[in-house]
Amino acid sequence: MSNQQKHWEKTRGLLFITLAIWFVFSIGIFLFGAEMNEVTGPFGYPWTYWFTCQGSLGAFVILIFWFANRQEKIDEEFGFSEREDE
Amino acid sequence: MKGNFIDNLPKVYGIYTGGFIGFIIIMAIAEQMGMTAKAIGIAFVAFTVFIYALIGWLSRTAQADAYYVAGRQVPTVFNGMATAADWMSGASFVAMAGGIYFKGYGYMALLVGWTGGYVLVASLLAPYLRKFGCYTVPDFIGTRYGGNLARFSAVVVLTVASFTYVTAQINATGTIASVALDIPFQYAVYVGLISILLCSMLGGMRGVTWTQVAQYIVLIIAYLLPVFWISNKMGAGFFPHFMLADEVARIGELEQQFGFVKNAAADLKTVPKGLAGITKAHSAVNATPWAFISLALAMMMGTASLPHVMMRYFTTPSVKAARKSVGWSLFFIFLLYSSAPMLATLSKLSLIDPNLPTGIIGKTFAEVEAIDWYQNWNQANLMFISDFNGNGTLELNEFFMGGKAVVLATPEIAGLPYVISGLVAAGGMAAAMSTADGLILAIANAISHDVYYKIIDPKAETAKRLLVARVLLVIIGFAGATIAAMEIQGILGSVIWAFDFAMSGLFFPLVLGVWWKRANRQGAIAGMLGGLIAGAWYLVWVRTGGSGFLGITQLTFGIFGSAVSLVLMVVVSLMTAEPDKATQKMVDDVRVPSGKSILGKSH
Repeated sequence: MSNQQKHWEKTRGLLFITLAIWFVFSIGIFLFGAEMNEVTGPFGYPWTYWFTCQGSLGAFVILIFWFANRQEKIDEEFGFSEREDE
Repeated sequence: MKGNFIDNLPKVYGIYTGGFIGFIIIMAIAEQMGMTAKAIGIAFVAFTVFIYALIGWLSRTAQADAYYVAGRQVPTVFNGMATAADWMSGASFVAMAGGIYFKGYGYMALLVGWTGGYVLVASLLAPYLRKFGCYTVPDFIGTRYGGNLARFSAVVVLTVASFTYVTAQINATGTIASVALDIPFQYAVYVGLISILLCSMLGGMRGVTWTQVAQYIVLIIAYLLPVFWISNKMGAGFFPHFMLADEVARIGELEQQFGFVKNAAADLKTVPKGLAGITKAHSAVNATPWAFISLALAMMMGTASLPHVMMRYFTTPSVKAARKSVGWSLFFIFLLYSSAPMLATLSKLSLIDPNLPTGIIGKTFAEVEAIDWYQNWNQANLMFISDFNGNGTLELNEFFMGGKAVVLATPEIAGLPYVISGLVAAGGMAAAMSTADGLILAIANAISHDVYYKIIDPKAETAKRLLVARVLLVIIGFAGATIAAMEIQGILGSVIWAFDFAMSGLFFPLVLGVWWKRANRQGAIAGMLGGLIAGAWYLVWVRTGGSGFLGITQLTFGIFGSAVSLVLMVVVSLMTAEPDKATQKMVDDVRVPSGKSILGKSH
């Protein structure tokens, strides 16, 4: 397998992990919205309510930065990161 | 100032922010000295619009690279701010807190959808399209799949989606301009349009970028300052986001105590159009999982297909910067979105809690009608009370309000000085203008670059291309304003439709263009046109009394459209020949950040 194929394989792996986490916070937890709202969560808000106001939104922000850093590492590993003068 | 403009950006916008805060303080002092509310409103809107126009003029350019992609040198964080302004429309600013106030959980799917979509943008699309080096989204489709028909189909989808969206934005600019400047709506729409064009006409993407950063600063101050101030004034908490749990619980208690009494249809007929009562629980789960998830999903996929957002990431210096920039965009959006539910909570509690001095439920009608702010907002057609049961006291089901009132009226109800209302008007104007600018530019650029230059006259010189781009900008702006002046549909409805149109036609052709090498021209064309037609058909069918299926409503028709698009694209691609070697090599090159971009610097 060429260098480029390996790079793409790893990139795809990262995509699947990213999308899995994304799925949990955007869709997965809301399958149990009614049940989860009975429980008190962060700062005293009901869990589901908190996720819709702040939790999921904040999770997406962190997820994107985490993803960007991981992808940069992958690019560096295979020598595909951009040179600064480009 | 020494050094070039880009290096000095933090200083430039630091001074700008300081200047704006100084302006707010001067206005506050002027109010104490007797400046009228109307004069303050005019000063706020006129001052900010003047600054944007000035930035637009300073950013004028005659280079294609600067006009289409701001010279690809916008730093990560600033591009994040510009995207946030581009993204948050007049609807987000003025109507979102109201939607949460009235509809609660079912509406909050939009918050999740309009933020979660950025994960798709960052991981599936933005870095790859940046590597591609295109000027517009159809530029990517046209080059990846090849052929004028593919390019043209992408322009069609882009135009349908963006135009649906832009009329709503020009409408919002007109609404705010008409209130703040006290002129009739039909004229205010054109005042708004001229302000919008001042930012984009001379400098194209470069002008729009630097005005959007300025507009973000105004709109975020205008949104957060009142939320924090009201929260502190009510004693609800110093930092509302972490401290309103008691208030949320208290609203739940009051809902129990009052109950949601259903009004008779005949009574409801007397309520002015556009106003609604509180009929849904504030923090309880009031929608089925599928209703919530389908709406969130449609908004997420729509986000990743809207060209005016995607083209913002063409302006970063590198692929790496494009990825990080998506994170910053969402962070800046998060600041406003996470505050909207807090504002809705504060607004609702201040109105319905009889223990608070501002509470009106349980008061007699004579008492409420004597309140100054009630009279003002009743006159503005945003508040209404009616004694349905004839007992003389106001019940929860007898109080009606417009969605915009949550943002526009809450500062006044809480007793904040008028200067805050002027600030909110400037913020709403900034939000609507920045989105309208991005959208008009997306349409005009697609038509001038992809239809005129790439299809009609590939030999045109830069000067002529940019002239065509500017003429189109004006034409599209006026077309949008003319439709906006007719006031066909509400602000929010058309915004959501734009997402559905975009995802129906563009989501899979864009994503598979990067992630599936086997995708070919025939498949992409079938996917774009088939998806758009299927989505549009479903919308018309449901609007004309069709029952729909699988719980897909007129707000989520993109789920049907994009499913059709995916199936068509895969089936047709597999039935026809695979893309040639050169195209496959191109896809391989797009997938790595290093090396030259696919399209040259000026193409």
